[in-house]
Amino acid sequence: MTNIPETGRTPRVQIRLVILQVLVFSLLLTLGGRLWYLQIRNGKEYSDEAKNNHVQQVVQPAVRGSILDARGIPLADNETRLVVSASRTELMKIKDKGKGVLTRLAGVLDMKPQDVMDKVRLCDSKTPQPCWNGSPYQPIPVTLEATTQQALQIRERPEDFPGITAEPTAVRRYPAPGGANTGQVLGYLSPVTDDEIVKAKNTNSPFLRSDQVGRFGLERTYDKQLRGKSGVTRYEVDNLGRVIGQAENDPAVPGAHLVTSIDARVQGVAEYELNAAMVEARKQIDRNTGVPYKADAGAVVVLESKTGRVVAMASNPTYDPNVWVGGISAKDYAKLTAKESNVPLMNRAIQGQAAPGSIFKVIPTTAAVNAGYPFDGSYPCPSSYSIGGQVFKNFESQGHGNITLGQALEVSCDTVFYALGHQQWLKDGGLHPIKNPAEIFYKTAHQFGLGAETHVDLPGEEKGRVPDRAWKQRFWEANKDQWCKTGKKGGTYVELLSYENCLEGNLMRAGDAVNYSIGQGDTLVTPIQMATIYAAISNGGTMWNPTIGKAVISADGKKVEEIKPQAHGKLPMDEKTRQQISEALEGVATRGTAAWRFGGWPQKQIPMHAKTGTAEVYGKQTTSWFATFTDDYTIVMTISQGGTGSGASGPAVRNIYNAIYGLDMAGKQDLSKALLPKPEANLPTIQPDGSIDAPEIRPYVPPSPEDVPPALAGPPAPPAHKQD
Amino acid sequence: MQTANKFSVSRYAPERGPVAKLTARDSVLRRLDWPILLSALALSLLGALLVWSATRNRTTLNQGDPYYFLTRHAMNTGIGLVLMIGTIWLGHRTLRGAVPILYGLSLILVLAVLTPLGSTINGAHAWIVIGGGFSLQPGEFVKITIILGMAMLLAARVDAGDLEHPDHRTVVKALCLAAAPMGIVMLMPDLGSVMVMVVIVLGVLLASGASNRWVVGLLASGVAGAVLIWQLGVLDEYQINRFAAFANPELDPAGVGYNTNQARIAIGSGGLLGSGLFKGSQTTGQFVPEQQTDFVFTVAGEELGFVGAGLILVLLGVILWRACVIARETTELYGTIVCAGIIAWFAFQAFENIGMTLGIMPVAGLPLPFVSYGGSSMFAVWVAVGLLQSIRVQRPMSA
Repeated sequence: MTNIPETGRTPRVQIRLVILQVLVFSLLLTLGGRLWYLQIRNGKEYSDEAKNNHVQQVVQPAVRGSILDARGIPLADNETRLVVSASRTELMKIKDKGKGVLTRLAGVLDMKPQDVMDKVRLCDSKTPQPCWNGSPYQPIPVTLEATTQQALQIRERPEDFPGITAEPTAVRRYPAPGGANTGQVLGYLSPVTDDEIVKAKNTNSPFLRSDQVGRFGLERTYDKQLRGKSGVTRYEVDNLGRVIGQAENDPAVPGAHLVTSIDARVQGVAEYELNAAMVEARKQIDRNTGVPYKADAGAVVVLESKTGRVVAMASNPTYDPNVWVGGISAKDYAKLTAKESNVPLMNRAIQGQAAPGSIFKVIPTTAAVNAGYPFDGSYPCPSSYSIGGQVFKNFESQGHGNITLGQALEVSCDTVFYALGHQQWLKDGGLHPIKNPAEIFYKTAHQFGLGAETHVDLPGEEKGRVPDRAWKQRFWEANKDQWCKTGKKGGTYVELLSYENCLEGNLMRAGDAVNYSIGQGDTLVTPIQMATIYAAISNGGTMWNPTIGKAVISADGKKVEEIKPQAHGKLPMDEKTRQQISEALEGVATRGTAAWRFGGWPQKQIPMHAKTGTAEVYGKQTTSWFATFTDDYTIVMTISQGGTGSGASGPAVRNIYNAIYGLDMAGKQDLSKALLPKPEANLPTIQPDGSIDAPEIRPYVPPSPEDVPPALAGPPAPPAHKQD
Repeated sequence: MQTANKFSVSRYAPERGPVAKLTARDSVLRRLDWPILLSALALSLLGALLVWSATRNRTTLNQGDPYYFLTRHAMNTGIGLVLMIGTIWLGHRTLRGAVPILYGLSLILVLAVLTPLGSTINGAHAWIVIGGGFSLQPGEFVKITIILGMAMLLAARVDAGDLEHPDHRTVVKALCLAAAPMGIVMLMPDLGSVMVMVVIVLGVLLASGASNRWVVGLLASGVAGAVLIWQLGVLDEYQINRFAAFANPELDPAGVGYNTNQARIAIGSGGLLGSGLFKGSQTTGQFVPEQQTDFVFTVAGEELGFVGAGLILVLLGVILWRACVIARETTELYGTIVCAGIIAWFAFQAFENIGMTLGIMPVAGLPLPFVSYGGSSMFAVWVAVGLLQSIRVQRPMSA
């Protein structure tokens, strides 16, 4: 033990102590480094995570804005109802997945347990309605019509009803003022889907899980304005979700009100009269088929002629939009989609496509003038026109001698247009067209806005179809395989048609051109397109985009954003031609095919213009068309399988005009009874507290059956085949 | 040489008054290691604040009194100080003589835990509930007795000048002495404490100058033992889960990985300066479980930031650095071994505790010395400080 130093330690221990010290401090350095890494280098990431951790959002839904008519009467608003909802997340925690709770709930609500469970299940591709297509984390409404009694029963026994709430909630309502249901125009709401939330995430109007979204109609077009902004309060919560402080508060911004140009009274009249006309048509026997008219669908559009604003728009069959509120029931959904109900969800005013028949004739008239035929020239109107052995009859099988184009419109002479259409077809080279054929009749139709949207402020508008050579080629390429498969030489009519189509369906035949010249054949238009055109003839030639929205007014009435109608073009005619056509259409109402429906009309004070149309559809009864306008209003009505234009739609259109102008059948005007002698120019006032001073509305009283127009001429000579 | 009673023990100076005794150049107060004492005190007081912040909202724990844990932590610190003074007064050499008694006492206590007297807290059956809100964790005191006992055995013949290094027989004896209480603690099972004890034994062997073979052999058997424990399935499920969650914290963020994840979020969100005391959302929201005890470091990380959490590391560093100095400067191997055992204990326990909150070590229920709430741990570490001070005070003046 000679080498023991003063400290009493060998070098081995000394070295070991240094090793220990180095180890200890490397541990401390490791901790320091890791601390730096977490707090300084990645600190941001973790503080974000901490924020998400302890913040819970509570959503206060914004009250959706009302949809008002031109005078402030609500067509869609909200009411407070006792809503019973079920939280899926809570129910799924229970052993039987909430079955017991829902069964008990059904008992309290007097519903079938299965119905309640169906409402709470989630929608997927295999689950039929009813089902919940909103977020699974959102309470699902079971009923919107709980009584106070039922709500109390649920609230008093929370232990029996875990996950069930009964709260007064603002619920959409479609009150149908004065019978103005306006269903397809208003549209409906349904809960936002996950896809939509993801899509709208980074836009300036993101969705919340609780949001309802406009699915159709005005609710969809003006969804952003009506929806407002849900309020979000962010609470700081602890690990058990208990609130320990309020982090942020974005108050709810209530949705703005949409003032429309629709007049609830006129809308009510239009809906009533459309339906009455269809009911009446079903009593008439169709001479072609020998059975009563089916009158399975119809539409009417009332526009302000000078602006294109929509005063009324009705589609029949219709439905009550309130069925969508709070989730549609299985029964209602089945009813709405059943074949017999004939798609009541469809807005036929903008989505119903049919051949226009003779109301189309203003277009070939314009085309002829533009092609160089003088308007007041002399055109033969024989009873039929034949091309290579094929005979095209005047629908009345009646000749009128030599007449002008204006007279041809008045008496709706087909053969004049057959000849013009045929001549232009020959000029373009007939079956074997020249390079760049003029196709003037077709080009003019495009210039009138056919085959394109009118840009009405409703979703889902159909374009119709102008069957020009390009379309024939496209259509043939798409269908020739099918035609060539089913076509058979010398078979049935359909087989023969397919056979011909297979061979030369891409070619514009003389018959096609002739049919097209009077708006038959493959031509398709929508009522709103025709209303736009006739309004343009009335207003000097401007084709307005039909608009229903007139202004968006903030909930407190302070911010008013007017919606100015936009035009999508001018009619392709000069002023002189427009006046001549307008005069001819006046002649239709006073002397021509519509005159018998306008007996006693005060033509001097309120000049009436009209055009009737009866379109043939293969295998179906004829479509009735009636297009009319005064200086202020344009009304177009159509009834599918309803008979003739003036016959089926005439009285209804007359009654609508009578109601608007306060006229009786004798043509005497009582302005106190007039609903809207001039289009509504002012906007309704919305008070700062959100209340709206809307005038009262009385339901429409239709004229008594005895109140018939003075007999003028009666329907023009009963047609042998078809009348127009 | 016989002298009168009025002379001091050193017999070279006259008897001094108590004030003069404490202020004299060779007084105990002057010879104390003040950096260690002040650092330990600072850590304890900082711990009191952090414990307070973590518990002031935890109404289920604090019995409605937001200051409950604050006052208790302060009280524990006070008792700890008294224990330190007592230890200094007794001196580590006196305690060497008391090792058989202390060892026997601690064995009885850990055995008592296995009897119905013991209670299970957080999955570890390591506690004796005394009543009145107090409970004892004998495992903490076993750490001290292992250090003292092993030091006594290993240093005896070296300090006597018989041997240069402890021989194999002595090492075996010392290991057996440590193994008995460790085995019992393992049965509880309090794996965290066993891990610390293994590291203590390693530190003690290292400092004792025992043959390299022993050090390497112990390391190897430690690893083998860990593998064996894993393979034999001795571990409870909660322990296995802790390791699994350490390996992959995203495994089950709501379950086992929750602790680690939330702890990491709390610390990470602190940034440089932290959110301020009582202002941490993770802490106020009670997202981190066991935050006043095992996860107390997360409060510092979140509310005091890198600066505050770093301060804890620095203070621990000061204590460990001073302990190393004392270990080197003391003249007898006994003191050196005791110091080394304490260094290994503090260093590893702090590393494990902070490391698990930072996600670099698996979760084990170990307190952070001085800072975590808990009487037994607090008392033990202050006794350890007393031992360090005693070794320093009793070294030769020249050193």
